[in-house]
This record gives sequence, structure tokens and C-alpha cells, in this order.
Amino acid sequence: MSAVLDTHGKAHDGHGDHDDHGHHTPTGFMRWVTTTNHKDIGTMYLWFSFAMFLFGGVMAMVIRAELFQPGMQIVTPEFFNSMTTYHGLIMVFGAIMPAFVGFANWQIPMMIGAPDMAFPRMNNWSFWLLPPAAILLVASFLVPGGGAGVGWTMYAPLTTQMGPGMDLTIFAVHILGMSSIMGSINIITTILNLRAPGMTLMKMPLFVWTWLITAYLLVASMPVLAGAVTMTLTDRHFGTSFFNAAGGGDPVLYQHIFWFFGHPEVYIIAIPAFGVISQVIPAFSRKPLFGYASMVYATSSIAILSFMVWAHHMYVVGMPVAGQLYFMYATMLIAVPTGVKVFNWVATMWKGSLTFETPMLFALGFLFLFTLGGFTGLVLAMTVVDVQLQDTYYVVAHFHYVMVAGALFSAYAGVYFWFPKWTGKMYDETLGKWHFWLSIIFFNLTFFVQHFLGLAGMPRRIPDYSLQFAEFNQISSIGAFGFGISQLLFLYIIIKAIRSGEKAPQLPWDGADTLEWTHLPTPAPYHTFENPPTVK
Amino acid sequence: MMKKIGGMAGAMLLSLYAGASSAAWQLNLTTGATKSTQVIYDLHNLMMWIILVIFVGVFGVMFYSVYAHRKSVGHKADQFHENTTVELIWTIVPFFILIAMAWPATKALIDLRDTSNPDMTVKVTGYQWKWGYDYLKGEGEGISFVSQLSTPQAQIYGTEAKGENYLLETDRHLVVPVGKKIRVLTTASDVIHAWYVPAFGVKQDAIPGFVRDTWFRAEKEGIYRGQCAELCGKDHGFMPIVVEVVSAEKFSAWAGEQKKAMAAAADDPDKKWELADLKARGEKVYAANCVACHQANGQGIKGTFPGLDGGKITTGPVKGHIDQVLNGKAGTAMAAFGKQLSDTEIAAVVTYERNSWGNKTGTVVQPSDVKAMRK
Repeated sequence: MSAVLDTHGKAHDGHGDHDDHGHHTPTGFMRWVTTTNHKDIGTMYLWFSFAMFLFGGVMAMVIRAELFQPGMQIVTPEFFNSMTTYHGLIMVFGAIMPAFVGFANWQIPMMIGAPDMAFPRMNNWSFWLLPPAAILLVASFLVPGGGAGVGWTMYAPLTTQMGPGMDLTIFAVHILGMSSIMGSINIITTILNLRAPGMTLMKMPLFVWTWLITAYLLVASMPVLAGAVTMTLTDRHFGTSFFNAAGGGDPVLYQHIFWFFGHPEVYIIAIPAFGVISQVIPAFSRKPLFGYASMVYATSSIAILSFMVWAHHMYVVGMPVAGQLYFMYATMLIAVPTGVKVFNWVATMWKGSLTFETPMLFALGFLFLFTLGGFTGLVLAMTVVDVQLQDTYYVVAHFHYVMVAGALFSAYAGVYFWFPKWTGKMYDETLGKWHFWLSIIFFNLTFFVQHFLGLAGMPRRIPDYSLQFAEFNQISSIGAFGFGISQLLFLYIIIKAIRSGEKAPQLPWDGADTLEWTHLPTPAPYHTFENPPTVK
Repeated sequence: MMKKIGGMAGAMLLSLYAGASSAAWQLNLTTGATKSTQVIYDLHNLMMWIILVIFVGVFGVMFYSVYAHRKSVGHKADQFHENTTVELIWTIVPFFILIAMAWPATKALIDLRDTSNPDMTVKVTGYQWKWGYDYLKGEGEGISFVSQLSTPQAQIYGTEAKGENYLLETDRHLVVPVGKKIRVLTTASDVIHAWYVPAFGVKQDAIPGFVRDTWFRAEKEGIYRGQCAELCGKDHGFMPIVVEVVSAEKFSAWAGEQKKAMAAAADDPDKKWELADLKARGEKVYAANCVACHQANGQGIKGTFPGLDGGKITTGPVKGHIDQVLNGKAGTAMAAFGKQLSDTEIAAVVTYERNSWGNKTGTVVQPSDVKAMRK
């Protein structure tokens, strides 16, 4: 233990001669492999997540192409199943989660006046665990039997029927989990220990608060998932029967464990998104967030409630009525703190002085569509209604409203918002607006009609469907192709801005008032806050 | 532009209430053929009205703000924040709205979960990828059959025009009498399936090793179609459910016919079969049970389902072959067919597999050989 403390101490003492040290740092590829700088690591997280987003997006395109019309045209049913599986896994664990960790890396130290993350080497390690995990996921398509066709939820006992691709996927989930836990420990320690003098907890920007809460959710829930997939692994290879009824196990046990992780996971994705929105809306309303304290309390309540509602994903497994009633009431209760957040954002805009640059457009898109996703969530919470809608396209529509319009749109809002601070360049505002409008139109074209498919009873995860679903599926596929292409525009905007963007002014957004805007030059230098600022 | 989108979404929400005029453009839940579906339909509509009111309220305020409080029209920002009264109101009011929703939802749930006092009990067993039906109690007791997709592969792969009930048609229908409370027990033999018939408001997971229950009472005669609703492997999208609701008299007649047909079809377990007859019978069994994975040409699907043409089991010792078909292979998709197929059927399919494609073992397996291997 003392050895650990010693090295830690040395790292801190070494800060004075860090500039000296900087001259010897490797360049080129090795710079990125060995870096312990939170900004470098944040950048790598963001690029990695975008690459994964495109990869998972291609899978979505394959799914929508096969579903463009009735009949099997492009892929086999088993390949289709592996597409839905890896689309889900890659988007959740490879794209959205790392994207928000990227934001955390860039922003948290700058927003609380810290020089870097608390554990820079662990930070490097938690990023560099991601590429091997991604390689394992991709490699599962290359082994005999191909990728596992079990859905991202990986329900037992279907998992025991899969080939070695399943094992690679399980190991990928293990590694991704380790990475997330390390990232979370780092974030919690940074926020609790490295705040500048005067930066009390209740003065922290809301983005920092949401990440503090999210990191606790991750630490509490990721090991549960690791347990579930490890039991799957031993059921597959070592003769255990955790989920095998013939050996005394219970397939439903897997679902309980999975969703005990899976529901908090939804908020692990959504809560940092709330944080980004809570920075963007006040900045472009030129007005402080309406209820800062109630936002903190609402976010905490959502986090706590998220551990008590997991079985609403399992209304049709055959639970006692008392269980169904409890999970229905608990789930409905989440609407209260979520409502508080929405009301707060709207009240923040009320009597502000609003402008609608790209970050604000994406924030409003988030607010509007995430709320729609929340409404359908309330519908699904009703047990008897859910009996009709469980495992249909209604659920697919619901969670894409929450995940894409929720998490992805807020990530875009965040990238456009902080891009000038990160690079010192401005993106092309006109193209940014195009990106927003194309995204929101095609998004709704894709997913709004899926509500109708679900209401009419089309099950999810099917590669082919009966003729009555043909029209809406065609509309949805057209929307999906449009949405997919629109995201390439984002890549173009970013590359263009990095290469030839105009120089960003010191404060591009009038209403931005957190430390990275008020106390640091634009772009932010490689090392910031070596001497902490004092917050009044 | 933002407003336009808002208006569009609002119009789309409203169109939910237009009701479903044609199946192809169905926009709302079905009112179905049972009282339960009507209850669910009404509850869902109630929720949508409440949601619509909240939606208009919240986004009315937001879009008014977007319209009136723009910098471009010269609006100066107020700096107000925090107001305990307002914050208390918007925490407490939603709470009461939720109670107003929870009340009818609770009532509906308690009614809909009451499976007691059924007139008939049917056990539904999910297999990869077909449904088994056993009439356990009430009229028709003892009837038992397996029902699977009857849409030809040619329609699925586009070499033939698709029929009206494409993917929603089966070779055997679950037949039940109208107006009777039918209790459905669900279970499965391999992985989790879900028995889902929208017109009855019924969806219940079928879990291997466990029995769950649900019920329905169809009020109208007719044919109702549904599908498996839980991902169960390769052909999850190809295991439909067709329920035929008929009058009490028709049901009695059907049940009588079934029993006679079952008695007539029962094979003499001691009959000695010739190779050619047994192979012909086996081909039918193979087409109904094995072809989805092992394929019609016996080649299987590389890396996923082993080929039988020249396979280790199908050309190896005959006992191992029978055992594999009877008891399945743990940890793979190979199911145990011992409970689904009779001795004669298993003898036939094993004989067929050992004497088809490139396999020329010449083995003839008699039903008595299979019987001897059952535990």
C-alpha cells in the first residue's frame, strides 16, 4: 500500500517539471498509446465511439434493408439475428457509453478546476481495453457458426446453443465492463478529491453531477452483468446449470440478473445526456438553470429508482400479480423526477434570450423526442398494456426515442457545444443545422411508424413479416437509410472544421459560464489548471 | 421550422385516434375478440389522452418560449431561478396524475390475471420452431398435435407470389369453442418462446422446465393469428400461431373427428417394416422436424448445424443415432424428439437419414428397436 502511495506522491511532485518531461514524450502513434493526458484520452474515446457508431450503424442498415419488404432477400435468418445482437451490443457498449466517458475525460477536470483525472495511468488503461473488446466482437463473426444470434440481452438458454462466437462476445462484455468500472472509479475519485478550492459539491456544473451519479451506477451494476455472462459461460462449457431447468436452474433467473444491470444501464446512458443538456440549454437561453438543486435531487432519485424497477422488462415471464403491481407502481414513479427535469429545462428557457445554434437545436430535439420516449415508457409501464406491446416494435420505437433522440442527440449537442473549446476552431454552422434537421426528420420517419407496427402486433427481432406490416416497414427503412447517410455529414463537418475551420473566439457562446469557458484560453492548452483556480 | 415539426408530431399523435380502418395501416391496438383486449384498448386510449394533454401543455410552453423569447426579436433574458412553490407543484401534481392512471390499470390487471375456473385447459409447448398443443381438461381431452408454419419456402424466398396470410398460416389450427374460458398452460422444450395472440390480449412466455398460465375467452367465432414473441433462434420469425374459434357444436364435431383420426393413425408398434416404406415415411418426418436445420439435402448449415450426409452419427453405430434423436444433444440446438415423435416415426426418420443422400448403410430400424431404447 505504501508503495502505491509513494508513486502517487511522486506523480504529484513531478508536476512542477512536467513541462520538461513533456519534451521527451513520444510522438506519432506512441503518443496516443502511452498518453496519460485526459484530453488525449477523451479524444480517443470520442473517435473510438464514433467509429463504433458507424460500425453498428452499418448493421442497422443491413437490418432495415432486409426488412424493406416481406420475404427473405439479403441475409439468412441466423445472420439477421446476429445483426440485431451486435447492433445492440456495439451501440450500447461501444458507441454511446464510451462517447460519454470521452466527454467526462475532456470536461470534468476542466469544469472542476483539476489538472487531470485522479488516476491518469488507469485512465490510459481503461481506454486501451476498448479496442481489444471491439476486436473480439468483430472476430465473433469470423469463427465457425458466426456471430451469436441471441439479441443484446443474451437470454439463456438460447445462449447455450451458440457457437464460439458467443464466448468471444462474453469476453468482450467482460473487458468492456472492466473498462467501465475503471473509468468510473477514476471519475468518482477525480470529482470527490480534485475540485478547486471553493468548488463545493453544490456548485459543480450539472454535467459533473450527472457523471458522479452515473459512475456510482456503473460501479454498482457492471459487476452484476459480469456475473450473468460468467454464469452463461460456465453453463456453456463447465457443466453448471444456473439457467438450465433440467439441472435445477432457472432460465428466468438470468433475466432477473440481466435486468438488474440492464435497467440502471438505461440511466447510465441517459443521465450524462441530461448533464450535457443541462449545460447547453442555459447557455443558449442566457439564463441560469431554473432549479439547480432540484435537478441534482431529481437525478439522484432517478438513479436510486432505477435499481428497483428491473422486472418491468419481464411482465410476461409469469410473475405473481403482487410483483407485477409493485413493478408497475415503481416504474410509474420514475415519471415524477423525470418530469421535474423536463419542467426545469422548459422553465430555464422561459423568458430567456434564446438563440438556436446547432448545439441548442440538438438540445431541443433531445427535449422534444426524449419526452415522447418517456411518454411511451409510461404506456409500457402499465402491465396489461405491456402484455400487448412487450417484445413488439412498440418497444423498439420506445427505446430508440430514448437512446438515439436521447443519448445520441445530446452527444451531438455536446460535441458542437465544446468543439471550439477543444480545437480552437469553429464548425460550419449552416452544415451543422443541416445535420440537425436531416437527423430529426429521418429519425422520426424511421421510428415513429414503428409505434404503429408494435400496436398492430409485429414482434421484434424477426427477419421477415406478414404482408399487413409491409407499408410501415418500407417507410421505416427509407427513414433509416436517410438517417444513416445524414450521420456521414457529421463526420464531414468535423473533419472540415479541424482542417480548415475558422478560428474560434475566446467565448463563442454568450451564455456559457463554467470554468473551462471563463478561466481557460480557447483552445484549451494541453495542460490546464496546474494551479487550481479559486471559485467564489 | 421547429413549430412545423411540432405540429406534424401532434397531427400524427391525433391520428392514433382515427382508429384502424384497414389492417395494412393499423394505427392502434386491436379491439380484438375478447373482453380483455377491449379493456386494454380502453386503458391505452385513456393513457394517450392524458399524455396528449400533458404534451400540449409542456410543449405549448416550450414552443411559445421558442417563439416569443428569442434574442433575434430582442428579448432580454430574465435572471430568475428557483421557486419552491412552483417546484413543489410540478412534483406533486404529476404524482396525482399517476395515481389516476394506476387506479384503472390495477383493476384491469387483477381481472385479467384471474385464471381460475376455466372451462377447458390446453397446454402449449414451444419447440424450435413450432407449437405443440395438448388438450388437457374439458371437452377434447387427450387431443394432441404439433402445429407449424405452412407457408412454402418458395413464397419466403420470392420465387412464388406471397399468399394473403403469408407467414401467419399453419398446417394445424388450435381449435377452441366460442364463449368458453380457455386456460392456456405454457412451457417449452428447448429455449424460451412466447405465445402471443394480439386478438385475445394474450402473451405468455413459454419457459423450458416451467409451466406458466394465462387465459382467454373468445367472444366471436373466427380465425385469429399470432406469432412467437421471444427470440428463440434461427426461425423465430417463422413459428406462427393460428387459433380457430368455432361454435360449441362444431367444436364437439371437430373433437370427435380428431379422436377418431388419432386412433386410426396410431401405428402398430410391433409391425415389421420394409426399407422402402419406412424410408418414405421417414422423408415426411424429416421434412416436418429436421429440415429447418439439417436442410433438405442433408448438408446442414456450415458451422451452425452439422450435415447428415456422410455424418459421423448418421453413418456410425445405429444405437448412437437413435439415442441422438430420442434424447437430443445437450448444449446444442439438437432437441430431444422422444416426446414429440412416436417409436415408428423415430424408426422411420433414422432409417431415412441412414439411407439417403450419400448415406448407404442399408440399416432398417424397427419401431421395437426404438422402444427398447426408451428409458
